[in-house]
Amino acid sequence: MTEVVDRSYVKVVVFQLADKEYVIPVSQVQGIEKLIHITRVPKTPSYVKGVINLRGVVTPIIDLKSRFGLGESSLDDSSRIIIITQDDLEVGIIVDSANDVLDIPTDVIEPQPEVVGGLESDFIAGVAKIDRRLLILLNLDLVLNPVKIGD
Amino acid sequence: MDTNQYLEMFIEESKEHLQACNEHLLILEKNPNDIAIVNEVFRSAHTLKGMSATMGYEDIANLTHKMENVLDEIRNNKLHVTPELLDVVFIAVDQLEEMVLDIASGGNGKLDVTSTVQKLHAIEIGVEIPIAASTVAPFENVESAENSKTNLLSYDDYELTIIQQSFEQNYSTFEISISLRDDCLLKAARVYMVFELLEKMGDVIKSSPTVERLENEDFDQSFTVALVTVEAKEIVQKKLMKVSEVTEIIVTEVSIEQLKTRQKDESENNEENHKVQGNVKEDLQEDFVNEEEQEKVSTSKPTVAIGNKTIRVNIERLDILMNLFEELVIDRGRLQSISKEIHNNELDETVEKMSRITGDLQNIILNMRMVPVDTVFNRFPRMVRQLTRDLNKKINLEIIGAETELDRTVIDEIGDPLVHLIRNSLDHGIESPEIRKANGKPEEGTVVLRAYHSGNHVFIEIEDDGAGINRQRVLKKAISKGIVRESDAASLTDQQVAKLILSSGFSTAEVLTDISGRGVGLDVVKTTIESLGGTIEISSTEGKGSLFSIQLPLTLSIISVMLVELEKEIYAVPLSSIIETAIIKSSDILNAHNQKVIDFRGKVVPLVFLEDVFEVPKDSSEEEYFSVVLVRKGEKMAGLVVDTFIGQQEVVLKSLGTYLSNVFAISGATILGNGKVALIIDCNALIK
Repeated sequence: MTEVVDRSYVKVVVFQLADKEYVIPVSQVQGIEKLIHITRVPKTPSYVKGVINLRGVVTPIIDLKSRFGLGESSLDDSSRIIIITQDDLEVGIIVDSANDVLDIPTDVIEPQPEVVGGLESDFIAGVAKIDRRLLILLNLDLVLNPVKIGD
Repeated sequence: MDTNQYLEMFIEESKEHLQACNEHLLILEKNPNDIAIVNEVFRSAHTLKGMSATMGYEDIANLTHKMENVLDEIRNNKLHVTPELLDVVFIAVDQLEEMVLDIASGGNGKLDVTSTVQKLHAIEIGVEIPIAASTVAPFENVESAENSKTNLLSYDDYELTIIQQSFEQNYSTFEISISLRDDCLLKAARVYMVFELLEKMGDVIKSSPTVERLENEDFDQSFTVALVTVEAKEIVQKKLMKVSEVTEIIVTEVSIEQLKTRQKDESENNEENHKVQGNVKEDLQEDFVNEEEQEKVSTSKPTVAIGNKTIRVNIERLDILMNLFEELVIDRGRLQSISKEIHNNELDETVEKMSRITGDLQNIILNMRMVPVDTVFNRFPRMVRQLTRDLNKKINLEIIGAETELDRTVIDEIGDPLVHLIRNSLDHGIESPEIRKANGKPEEGTVVLRAYHSGNHVFIEIEDDGAGINRQRVLKKAISKGIVRESDAASLTDQQVAKLILSSGFSTAEVLTDISGRGVGLDVVKTTIESLGGTIEISSTEGKGSLFSIQLPLTLSIISVMLVELEKEIYAVPLSSIIETAIIKSSDILNAHNQKVIDFRGKVVPLVFLEDVFEVPKDSSEEEYFSVVLVRKGEKMAGLVVDTFIGQQEVVLKSLGTYLSNVFAISGATILGNGKVALIIDCNALIK
């Protein structure tokens, strides 16, 4: 799942969501954007915020917080859209803030996240403890599962 | 030799030549005596042989070589065209196609062709033996043949004058026939070397074929030139023999008298020919087409040379061009909205001019991407021929409107569905000759494949005069498969019943054949067509035949829309489905079974409140007037209630991506002048 940049490290982007820190491998991050106008798309699940014009490409945006069942994001100046890719999907996710890039040694990643529960645990690939921070690795495969309208 | 960079070109051209072979062979089957067609096939096969040998595909070269031999025999009237012979040639073409496809998909193009090669050889030998006596004719004959070969040249008055003048100045004129080796790879290079030598010795005043065609390697192994020089005959011959891969040089001196008499003969001959042709035309109406064909062939050579000047462009580049242009259209929209706000005359003018130019540009780019449907249709005659033989039926395929053009992206997708539909018509539609006879129909069934433009759409229709769709059988099957409920069956219209055969898991042919699938096919056809934004309709009369009609959008990328506002959200309605717009009073709205309708020009039209459908956050109170966009889907209409009309605009259609597929009533998105995304409404989904 996670891509190894050199033998023992994964380079990741760290972002905050409801006071927790999550990470995504840099290789899957296309860019980090400030909030721009989002066009609502009707009849989609509530966590689909809509679509944006990302330099000429219509890109869907999901609110990760509501995807995890943690309530809706309150959008403010620190909110960011992280554009991530998985296979040929390109999707933006709204996060509270994104401000760090880290190298995580692969051996500190624990695959079984027994510390967390709830809906979000379905999307977690592993956790890593570095210094005193608990970083949660996301399983983008599941996060980006295409929306089946009518589910 | 590194041939990789030519591989793509080789594959493309091979496919073209094979297609040409196929087409001409089919024509040949109908006119077995037309040598001109054999020549066409021969030419294609020959080029293919040369190309494949260069690229190192020996099996292809080998097979084409044998095929060529057989064709050559036909050409020289030593063999006659029979269906059996054509069958073998068709097999050969099939195998060639297979090999080329193998190469295209990264294979090495190897195939065991020995049996076909043997068959071709047998055909070649089988008839060659009895005639062998005449081929080993006395040497004289050969010589005279060679002479006649060199004497092919004919001169116009201007050239004759030159020859005359050069005679007076003690120059002599030679007609030189140069033959290249059969396996010569770079014929154009040899031609160039020969010409360079000739130019050093004197002036080339004439060549046959023309220099242009020689440079394009558009000739067989030999060509003839007329040279005016002071050198002696032997020296010319010696020098020319030094060019490698030249097998034979025949130099003949010509005198001006000879030339003049020849010219006279020729014109007389021509006149005679014309007379004969005239007679034939009067005598035999049926032969008219044939005559015309021959005339065409005799005149076709110059037209080929003039022909349209075209270049090959990689499709990818066209796609990039299109993408860039789409960006430009978005910025144009943006400029338009800015200039509207600023109200500067000069800016307005410039923007307007730019809009017009980009409009033209758009037409050109879209046209460039248009491909005649022929590129898809051309493989069908062959397929039908094969299938009719396999099915033991007699079927004539008529193609109408093959020149109709469609966007490339649509063309790419439409092939497979059409194959399916045609196979379906041949297998399930057309009856066997015995049944047809018993039903008082002509033994030969007809399948018409028709394409035409209508408005912003292209229609492709497949019509057969076969058995049609049996309502009872279809219903029985559909009920047993659980596609319809028995209670509903009676209320379905014939068209609805016909459409059932497009449902998944449906197959009515009691005996499954490998011709038209196992009932998985037709629903795939429907899905493919719908994914292209098209629709498919079936109408059928039992005993008379069926008509499958496919409606496709002309282009998929740039469309005209009407922008409308719902509260603060902007949506786009494709202009192609709009009939008109209207403003109606709330008192004009009637209620019919919980459905709000209006009386529009005598028709009852249901209203669709887009704000409700799209769950737009509302804050306005009841209005007295409603803005309505009247849209249609086929015969049905609906009125879409919106807040305000903004106006018409050309927009670039963008997909919502795979993440958001199948959003209800939204067919895509577009980027507006202000950089925001607007959704495009799929009217078809809103009309029930």
